[in-house]
Amino acid sequence: MCEVGEDYRAPAGQPPPRPGREQKCVKCKEGLPVVVIRAGDAFCRDCFKAFYVHKFRAVLGKNRLIFPGEKVLLAWSGGPSSSSMLWQVLEGLSRDSAKRLRFVPGVVYADEGAACGQSPEDRAKTVAEAKAGLAERRLPVVFSLPPSVLRCSAREPVGTEGAYKAAVDSFLQQQHALGEEQQSLPCPPRPPIRAGPPTAGQTEALSTLFSSVETLTAKEELLRTLRTHLILHVARTHGYSKVMMGDSCTRLAIKLMTSLALGRGPSSWSAGFSDERHGDVVVVRPMREHTLKEVAFYNRLFAVPSVFTPAVDTKAPEKASIHRLMEAFILRLQAQFPSTVSTVYRTSEKLVKAPRDGCAAGTPGPRCLLCMCVLDVDTADSATAFGAQTSSQLPQTQPPVAQAEAPTVSCCCTGMGAALSAFCSCREEDPRARVIEQLCYGCRVNMKDLPSLDPLPPYILAEAQLRSQRAEAEQIQEYLLEDREDEDARPGES
Amino acid sequence: MPAPQCASCRKARAALRRPRSGQALCGTCFCAAFEAEVLHTVVAGRLLPPGAVVAVGASGGKDSTVLAHVLRELAPRLAISLHLVAVDEGIGGYRDAALAAVRRQAARWELPLTVVAYAELFGGWTMDAVARSTAGSGRSRSCCTFCGVLRRRALEEGARRVGATHVVTGHNADDMAETVLMNFLRGDAGRLARGGGLGSPGEGGALPRCRPLQLASQKEVVLYAHFRRLDYFSEECVYAPEAFRGHARELLKLLEAARPSAVLDLVHSAERLALAPAARPPPPGACSRCGALASRALCQACALLDGLNRGRPRLAIGKGRGGLDEEGPPGRRGSQPSGPPASEPIPGF
Repeated sequence: MCEVGEDYRAPAGQPPPRPGREQKCVKCKEGLPVVVIRAGDAFCRDCFKAFYVHKFRAVLGKNRLIFPGEKVLLAWSGGPSSSSMLWQVLEGLSRDSAKRLRFVPGVVYADEGAACGQSPEDRAKTVAEAKAGLAERRLPVVFSLPPSVLRCSAREPVGTEGAYKAAVDSFLQQQHALGEEQQSLPCPPRPPIRAGPPTAGQTEALSTLFSSVETLTAKEELLRTLRTHLILHVARTHGYSKVMMGDSCTRLAIKLMTSLALGRGPSSWSAGFSDERHGDVVVVRPMREHTLKEVAFYNRLFAVPSVFTPAVDTKAPEKASIHRLMEAFILRLQAQFPSTVSTVYRTSEKLVKAPRDGCAAGTPGPRCLLCMCVLDVDTADSATAFGAQTSSQLPQTQPPVAQAEAPTVSCCCTGMGAALSAFCSCREEDPRARVIEQLCYGCRVNMKDLPSLDPLPPYILAEAQLRSQRAEAEQIQEYLLEDREDEDARPGES
Repeated sequence: MPAPQCASCRKARAALRRPRSGQALCGTCFCAAFEAEVLHTVVAGRLLPPGAVVAVGASGGKDSTVLAHVLRELAPRLAISLHLVAVDEGIGGYRDAALAAVRRQAARWELPLTVVAYAELFGGWTMDAVARSTAGSGRSRSCCTFCGVLRRRALEEGARRVGATHVVTGHNADDMAETVLMNFLRGDAGRLARGGGLGSPGEGGALPRCRPLQLASQKEVVLYAHFRRLDYFSEECVYAPEAFRGHARELLKLLEAARPSAVLDLVHSAERLALAPAARPPPPGACSRCGALASRALCQACALLDGLNRGRPRLAIGKGRGGLDEEGPPGRRGSQPSGPPASEPIPGF
């Protein structure tokens, strides 16, 4: 492969020599090898297990983010990687030695059947299977269902606000942030550990939302966003300060390339070890050094149970969405150039999102409503802003309200308006514009596939309303005179 | 069903739909819009100041033909003068035909043309000879690496000969997107961090380079060439099937089919890449042979040629470059720290 810095090796036509029958395990040199990882590294069963477990522990230990006694939520999707992660955690906890893992785990499983169009009976079956799989684990299990996200309309905006404050105030002291966060939130009544089945109305609301999305790409992105929100919400209400996601190396490489193609940039947030976008709850990825191949081998050799849950893109053709395309492409390329996945993965570690020109490192800008990334809105003279303008300057695609605006700065309704759009007259008339201008580039492109923002969960719309009111209040703040009798007190201001 | 009216002049029948916006336009209005957009790119980015002598890298292909034509139309407004610089890599059966096309264009547009040949600049090495040399050691795929580096050097040299102050190339938005994908797949963090933006200001004595067509999609470039009836050479290079860029190109085509704005999204992502502080390379110095910008003792072009001349063409491609600095028998001295790749003499694309 034309990889940068690649050593001169044998011509690409010849595959690496396959291990013969007489070959021993490369590590202990004694046992018979049962599995071949990478090119030609044959391991025996015990060495493989040791290698696998060691990698898991090393990732956790090197980063030192998980403190002893901390409550950690394990996000389990039923798939092989997260099942493997769950298994590792359980094994790690049960060791009777000083090397025991010392945090307090809980498991969350999000049932996404409604989004995928599964009938309630199928979903109940899947949930029962999942429960059975975990029955003997004796872990507190939270089965949360996406419609409950629609239910917590009053709570979620406060949660997001609390997180933002926590992010600004107590960046480094994560444990203290947990304490503050729990005190500052108005204590909601805790939902029962096993939430009841969702009402038909909520299920229908969710299906309406997902069927109104036009492309599979936007559907997957929306589902991902909602799932993240849900897991965070569960973590916050139950007092978990860390969430562990089971993304493997292969999955992360695909995610990286996908987010590049979706306009989210190198997205070191979603692929690094720790994701601190959400302030009080930190998302960590302990499986990030394991390739999918290793996970599969381990699960098979050591009988790790996993549950198959159909997803939005199950049985979808390869070209249906960007995610599928990228997955197929990378896996195909990996077959030809075995170092593809690790190269992409290592490259992402070297790159970061560039700060806006001259922006001080300490002051975080406004954050995207959906994905919590810093807003990377293009100013009017940036290259892609111009490219987007020429493509969106179009009477047909813009709503008629926006047509009156100056064509040089494209209106916030469909384009990438800058702060100037805050004073745009169409904003008050168009609630969609109000939401769109609080999103980052990647989320905006997704929203284009959503013809109407009404089916979005009420907590998102409420938070958008809150933020724009707050922004308005800040803008007029400097003009307000400090006169007690005439103090402008608009109702509903924070 | 008859074609709708042109959305811009509302007089003529529309002859095409713009790929990005779906707007229906007649031929004249489309060409005018295309030229206006290129003008805006140049002006807003302050790429070509008035009085600039601009060397246009002309390969005879659609991008450079369109670029030369558009710049020629805009030259009076921008107050720049143009020279065509064509590079003869010495690829038999391909480059000769392309050069003939360039010569015809130069004659038709009355623009001065300079041809620089690899054989003349690089001690007799043509691309065919390079390909033979690298094929002998088992990897003919790397001849595209040679061609890219040497061509930029040749273009720079040609521009200097005509006394140019700026160099322009015809890269379009699709090229940028492909490059981002390709560099990510190859693991070239250095080039990814440098690549965003509209061109390079020119460091270490290199001329400033820019890409006025950077925001135009490839389809629009082809449409423009069609409506202006431009004569260009449209065959693929003989060595292209072996290039790694082919994979990135195929991926981009698929992405574009799934989401039409994929190209723009990739360019947006690319604008925001920067190297993490830990991975930043040391500031570059000068090449000991030719004086161009280099992060090691020899710049990439000199290093590649050195390898070719010593009969070890892959000497400068790869991690162990310890043998570059000495004149004596080549021997790999210890391993170089495996950091970011050696920089090109001219900041890369």
